[in-house]
Amino acid sequence: MIARLIADATHVAVGAASAIPAAACELLRAQGKPLRVTRLHKRKGNPFSEGSRELFDLAGQGRIDYFFLGGAQIDGEANINLVRAEGRRFPGSFGSAFMYFACRTILFREEHSRRVLVPKVEFISAPGSSPASVRRPGGPIALVTGKALFRWQPDKRRFRLDSVHAPHTASEVREATGFDYDAGAVRETEPPTLGELELVRGPVARELAADYPEFVRRVWS
Amino acid sequence: MEAVRSLIRRKASALKLLGVPVLGLSADLLIGAGCVAEVHSSAVSLGEAGLAPRFSEAAEHGEIKVVDYTCPAVHTALQATEKGVPYMPLRGVIGSDLVDERRDWRVAQNPFAADDDPILLVSAIAPDVALFHARWADEAGNVWVGRRRELATIAHAARHTYVTVEEIRPGDMLENELLAPGVISAVYISGIARAERGAWPLGVPEVYAIDDAHLSLYAKAARTREGFAQYARDYVWQSPKSSLPA
Repeated sequence: MIARLIADATHVAVGAASAIPAAACELLRAQGKPLRVTRLHKRKGNPFSEGSRELFDLAGQGRIDYFFLGGAQIDGEANINLVRAEGRRFPGSFGSAFMYFACRTILFREEHSRRVLVPKVEFISAPGSSPASVRRPGGPIALVTGKALFRWQPDKRRFRLDSVHAPHTASEVREATGFDYDAGAVRETEPPTLGELELVRGPVARELAADYPEFVRRVWS
Repeated sequence: MEAVRSLIRRKASALKLLGVPVLGLSADLLIGAGCVAEVHSSAVSLGEAGLAPRFSEAAEHGEIKVVDYTCPAVHTALQATEKGVPYMPLRGVIGSDLVDERRDWRVAQNPFAADDDPILLVSAIAPDVALFHARWADEAGNVWVGRRRELATIAHAARHTYVTVEEIRPGDMLENELLAPGVISAVYISGIARAERGAWPLGVPEVYAIDDAHLSLYAKAARTREGFAQYARDYVWQSPKSSLPA
C-alpha cells in the first residue's frame, strides 16, 4: 500500500527506523520502477559522501520527493511528537522538524491505538501545517497504520479515512483513534497481489537484510 | 568507543554531550555510568536495538538536562563555527516546540525578501572537545575519516580534537591524491591514540562490522540499573575483554 502511495516518486529517502517504508521502496524497484532510494543508514555503498548533513541539503533543495516520519504521538492536525509523552522520554526529534517541511511526507506508525493517535500531541516535534508566510514545499500526504490509511486534507487541516486493512473494520478504527476525522465511503485496503508478495519475500527481503537485520529476522524468518 | 570506556574508568563527571546529529551507545554508556550532566542532541537511540535505556530513565527522572535539537540544526550550528560567523539560517522548524525551548535560536524576517518570510536563525556552537574513532592516522598527524565528513566539521568547530585510530600509517596521507579528500589535516588534531578495534561494538567499514548481537545484549542488560552495572563490570572495567571480537 505504501508502494502505491509513492508510485509517482523518482527519489525517496528512508530513515533508520523505517524498515517497512524501505521495503515498499524496494518493492517498487523490484517491479522495475526507475526509483532512486536513498537509505540513510545503508551500511555499505551509502550514497552520501559529504557526511550526514548531505541528506538535509538534498532535501532542502527539493531533490527528494518523499520521506517517512513516525511518532510516539500523532494528532488529528498531523502534528508529530518524538520527544516525550505520558511521562516517558522518547529518543528525540531527529530530522523531522526539517524534513516535514522539505518533503512530501507519509506518516507511518504500525501501532494504531488511542495511546499513539491522540487528540493533541504533548510536544510538537514538527507541525502538520504552517502559516502561509512560512516557506513549506513539503508536508503530510497520508497516515498509514497497521489498521488503516488516512489521507491528509490540507484545506481542512483534517484527516479523512481512506481505506481499512482487512480484517479490521471502520468502526474498530474509529474506536482505536483518539482524534476526530472525516469518513465517507470507506474502502477495504487492496491486499497485496501474489506477485507483490513473492517479490517482498524474495528480492526485497534480501535487499533489506544488511541494513535492517532485526526487522528481517522478525518478519521473514 | 574505547575512549568512552576509558572516560568511564577515569570517572569523568559533569560532561555535556553534543550529538552530531544524534547519539547512541557511547552516550548511553556514559549516562549509565553517571558521567553526564547534559545531553544536547536530535536524538539518543540504539537504532535497531531500540531505545537507549539509560538515557530514557535519566531523562525521565530529571537526572540529566536534555536540550533537544533537530538534525540539520546541529550541522548548521557547527558549520557557523567553521566559518567563524555567529549564526546561520535554516529553513523549516518554525512552529516546532523545539524553537520555544531555545534562547539560542530565533525566528527572524529574511532581510532580502520583499514579502513576509520568517526564517530560523541558529547560533553557532563551538564544542570544547571533539572525540571520535577513525581508521587511519599518519606520521604527520593527519587523520583519515573517508566519507564521514561530519567528523571533519566537528574537528573544524571544536577547540580540541582527540582521535583514536585503528592504525597509524607511515608518511603523509595529504600527499596521496586518493586519500587526501577524506583526510582531516593535523592542524585541527590535538591528540591521537591507537586503539585497534576501538569502535567495537560499533564498526569500521571494511575492517569490522557492527556487532548487532552485542548491541542487543546491551539493550537488554541496560534496561535496569543492576543490569547496566553488571554490563559495565563485564565490558568496561575489564578492558581487555572489551576489545575482543564478540
